[in-house]
Amino acid sequence: MKNIQAINDFVVKFANVNGSGSASANALFARAILRMGVAVSPRNIFPSNIQGLPTWYEVRVCDRGWQGRRGGVDLMVAMNPQTWDEDVAEIDPGGYLFYDSSRDLLPSKFRDDVRAIGVPLTKICNEAYTDARQRQLFKNIIYVGALGALLDIDPQVITSLIGEQFQGKEALMQSNVKALAMGRDYALSHFDCPIGLQIQKSDSVGDKVFLEGNSAAALGAVYGGATVAAWYPITPSSSLAEAFEVHCKKYRHETTSGKAKYAILQAEDELASIGMVIGAAWNGARAFTATSGPGISLMQEFIGFAYFAEIPAVIFDVQRGGPSTGMPTRTQQSDVTLCAYASHGDTKHVLLFPEDPREAFEMGAISFDLADRLQTPVFVMLELDIGMNERLCDPLEWDDSRRFDRGKVMTHEMLERGAEFGRYLDVDVDGIPYRTYPGTHPKRGSYFTRGTTKDRYAKYSEAGPDYVDNMQRLLRKFETAKGIVPEPILYTGTHESQIGVIYYGSTSPAMAEAIEALELRGLEVDALRIRAFPFADSVGEFIAEHDLLFVVEQNRDAQLRMLLVNECGVDPTKLMAVLHYDGTPITAKFITREISEGIAAVIEAPMRSTGTQ
Amino acid sequence: MTYITKPKLAHPGLARNELGYTRRYYEGAVSTLCAGCGHDSISAGIIQAFFELNIEPHRVAKLSGIGCSSKTPTYFLGSSHGLNSVHGRMPSVLTGANLANRDLIYIGVSGDGDSASIGLGQFAHCLRRGVNMLYVVENNGVYGLTKGQFSATADKGSKSKRGVVNRDSNIDMVGLALQLGATFVARSFSGDKAQLVPLLKAAIEHQGAAFIDVISPCVAFNNHAGSTKSYDYVREHNEALNRLDFIPRRQPITADYEAGTVEDIVQHDGSVVRLRKIAKDYDPHDRIQATNFLQARAAQGEIVTGLIYIDPDAEDLHSNLNTVDLPLNALGEDELCPGSSVLEKINADLR
Repeated sequence: MKNIQAINDFVVKFANVNGSGSASANALFARAILRMGVAVSPRNIFPSNIQGLPTWYEVRVCDRGWQGRRGGVDLMVAMNPQTWDEDVAEIDPGGYLFYDSSRDLLPSKFRDDVRAIGVPLTKICNEAYTDARQRQLFKNIIYVGALGALLDIDPQVITSLIGEQFQGKEALMQSNVKALAMGRDYALSHFDCPIGLQIQKSDSVGDKVFLEGNSAAALGAVYGGATVAAWYPITPSSSLAEAFEVHCKKYRHETTSGKAKYAILQAEDELASIGMVIGAAWNGARAFTATSGPGISLMQEFIGFAYFAEIPAVIFDVQRGGPSTGMPTRTQQSDVTLCAYASHGDTKHVLLFPEDPREAFEMGAISFDLADRLQTPVFVMLELDIGMNERLCDPLEWDDSRRFDRGKVMTHEMLERGAEFGRYLDVDVDGIPYRTYPGTHPKRGSYFTRGTTKDRYAKYSEAGPDYVDNMQRLLRKFETAKGIVPEPILYTGTHESQIGVIYYGSTSPAMAEAIEALELRGLEVDALRIRAFPFADSVGEFIAEHDLLFVVEQNRDAQLRMLLVNECGVDPTKLMAVLHYDGTPITAKFITREISEGIAAVIEAPMRSTGTQ
Repeated sequence: MTYITKPKLAHPGLARNELGYTRRYYEGAVSTLCAGCGHDSISAGIIQAFFELNIEPHRVAKLSGIGCSSKTPTYFLGSSHGLNSVHGRMPSVLTGANLANRDLIYIGVSGDGDSASIGLGQFAHCLRRGVNMLYVVENNGVYGLTKGQFSATADKGSKSKRGVVNRDSNIDMVGLALQLGATFVARSFSGDKAQLVPLLKAAIEHQGAAFIDVISPCVAFNNHAGSTKSYDYVREHNEALNRLDFIPRRQPITADYEAGTVEDIVQHDGSVVRLRKIAKDYDPHDRIQATNFLQARAAQGEIVTGLIYIDPDAEDLHSNLNTVDLPLNALGEDELCPGSSVLEKINADLR
C-alpha cells in the first residue's frame, strides 16, 4: 500500500464529541501550522447541540493559500466511537487514520488502504491524571502533541502558542506543556516521524490575519460607530452580537468614568430587536441587529416599516440552511430573495455580500454609512461558513481621515437659517429627503413618522397622487443606491472569454481555485463577484458582453440569478445556475466539474439548457 | 370628530407657563376620534400635564402602536417628534429611541389591543427593563377601529354591543405591571381629569418605567349596559385610593394638611408627589400588598384607581447599562472609532 505523500497540502479532519473540550485543542493545531508560515482554512462542522453529539473540525492545509473547502480527507483523527465507521470510510485511499488504541478494536474496523496510527490516549491519560475532567481535556492536548510529531510541526511553536493562551496562569501552562510532551514522546518512540504528510516552514501566510467573520463584522460595527445593538440569540449569528460586546468592552468605555459608549440589549425576540434598532436609528444613533433566516422572517413587518418610513437600520444576517428551522448549523446563501424584497407591499432593500472576514469588517462599517445616507435598512449578508469559521485574510485596514457619513440630517442651524423642511421632500432629486433628529429645534423640523402613506411634508394622506409620488421617489432612491453601494469586482483572464461566471459571498475562495483549475483544462472564464444589491450597471454590461454565463450559488432556487433576471432585464436562458446547497461549503472541485460539464453541454446542444442541476 | 379648525391666534390674555407658552402650544392636530371618546380627554390631560410642567414640547418624543389610542399622539404636542409604529411594537421602538438619547422625555401611548394582545410581550419586557418613560394604556376593552370586537382586557361576563358575552378571563394590565417591576404604577379614568393630570405629571417626572392604565370608555362600541368599561359602570365602581398633588422641583412645599392623612414622596429628580390618602391603610410602597389589594377589590367588582405603587428612587435602563451621560446619538468618530493604530494591534493579535 502506497500512502499519500504530501507536504503542506492535505486535509486533516478531527472527529470529536461535542462538549469534550476538543475545540480549543483543534484550534491550537491549526494555529501551530499557521505559525509555521503555512496557510490553513479550518471549518467547524457541528450539530445543533451542546454536549454528546458528533462534531468535526476540518483543517485544509494549503501552501498555495486556497481558503475554500477542498473535500476529501488525508488524515482522520477519529476520536468519536459513535461516528467511527463513517469517519473511517471518508478517508481518501492511501490516507491515514489516527485513533485512540487504548482498547483493542476488531480488524474489520480498519481499512487495508489506510494506514492506522494508534496512540493509547486514554491509557496515557488515566496513568497521568486522576480527575475525570482533566483526563478528558488533556487527552485532546496529548493528541495535538502526537500529531505535531507525526506531521513534523515545530514543538517550540506549539509551546509558545500555549504560553500565549495561558499567559499569567503558570500552573495551567505547565500542565498543558506536559500533556503535549506526553503525546509527542509517545509518537516519536513508536513511529517513524514524520509520516507521509508533513508541515514544512513556509511563507504563504505573510502578514495575513486569522479571524472569524462574525467577530470581524462586529468590529466593523465598532469602527462604523454603532452605539445601539439589539439582538436575540440564534445560531449562527449569536457570536456576532457577543463579539460586539467583547470589542466594546475593550474600546468603548470612557477612561475616566468607566461608562459605556454603547448599549447592547438582548431583546425578547427578533421583532423587538429590529424595533429597538429602528427606534434608536430614528433618534439618531447608529444601530444594528444580528440574526439569521428565521429572525428575518419574524422581522418582516418592521423591515417594511423602516423602508416606508425611511429609517436607517443595519441587519447582519448570518445565513444558515433553510427553510424553517432547516439546518441551523450548516451554511447556505438562501436568504437572498427574502432580504431583497422583505415585507409586504412593494419593497426593495440594499444587500451587501462580504466574501470573507476582512470584507465583513469593511462592510460592517460601511453599512452604517449606507443606511444613514439612504435612510433605509441595509442587510449585511454573512454566511455561517465565513461567520463562524476562522479565515486567513489580508490585515484589516482603517483610514483615520474617514468620517461617518450621517446622510442628510437637517441641523438646528439649518432650520434656524430658515431652510425649508419637508420630511419627504426630494430636494436633490436623488430620492433622498432630509430628516431631523427628535429634539433638534423648538419650533421647526418636527414631524410625525408613520407606516401609513403621507405627503411630502409627512402629513397623513391616502390620496393616490401623494402615494404614487412617494413610491416613485423611493424608486429614485434605490437608483441612487446603485451608485454608492460596493461595486462588483471583475476578474478577467489573459484572453477575452465568451464565458462569464457570476458569484458572491463565501463562494469566493473556491471560485478563485476553480478558475485556475478551469484554466488548466483550457477553459478560460471571466468572473464577476457581486458585492451588493441593487446591482451596479456594470453587472448588466458584464452579462451582455458574454455569450454564456454561470451563476454560482449556495441555495436550491438560484436566488441571485432570480434577482439578475428580475432587475437587469436579462434573457434567462443565458444564465446557467450552478447550485450547491447540501449545507457543506462549496468546493472548487464542484464548481470546476459543473462549469466544465455545463460548457460541454452547451457546445453539444447550444443554448438549450438553463440549469445544470 | 370635528371638522372645525381651531383659530391659530392666541388671545393675549391667555395663561402662559414659565416658558411663555400657552396651553394651545401643547396641542396637536384636531382629533379624528368619535365625539365623546375617552381618549380625547386623556390627550387633553397630557396637554395639561406638559403645559403645567413647563416642558419644551420638542424635548418630548411621543410613540405609539396601532389602534384608536395610537392615533392620539397626533392630537397633542404638535411640536414634538412622533412615531406611529407597527401594531403592538411601540415598546421596542421606544426602548431603542430611549437608548439613543437619554435626554428626551418619552411618552408611549397604546391601547388594550395593542398592549394586552398583540403586544403583550413587548409591554412586559419594556417594563421589566426599566425604560425611563411614561407608558399610557388607553383601556376601553374593545377594538374600536375594527368595529367592536372584545379585547383581552374585557372583563369575563361583560357584554358587547352586539350582545355577545365575553367568556375569557381578562388581562389586568396594572397587576402585570406590578409583577413585572414597573416602578410607578397607577390607574385612572378618562372621566376624572382631577385625578389623571397629577398622575400624568408625577409619571412624566418619574425616572424609570411609569405605567398608567387609563380606563377610557369607547362611546361607539363599549358604552352600553352590560359593559364594564362604560362611563356609568366605571363611575359607579371607581374606588380611588388617593388624591394626588404633584409639586415640581424647586417649588416650595407647604404643609396644610392633617397629620397622617398626607404623605409627601420625594422622587429622584427632587419633585414631590403629595398623596392625600383615601384608603387609610394603603401603602403605595409595598408591591406585594398592592398586588393583593388589587385582586381582592377586583373580586368585589371594584375598579381601584389612583397611585398604586411608586419607587421614588427607581433606577432606569441607562443606569443598568452604565451608559455615558451624553446621549449616544451625540457621539462622533472621536468617541466611537478606535482608529488605525488600535487596528494595527488587533491585526497583530490575530496572527
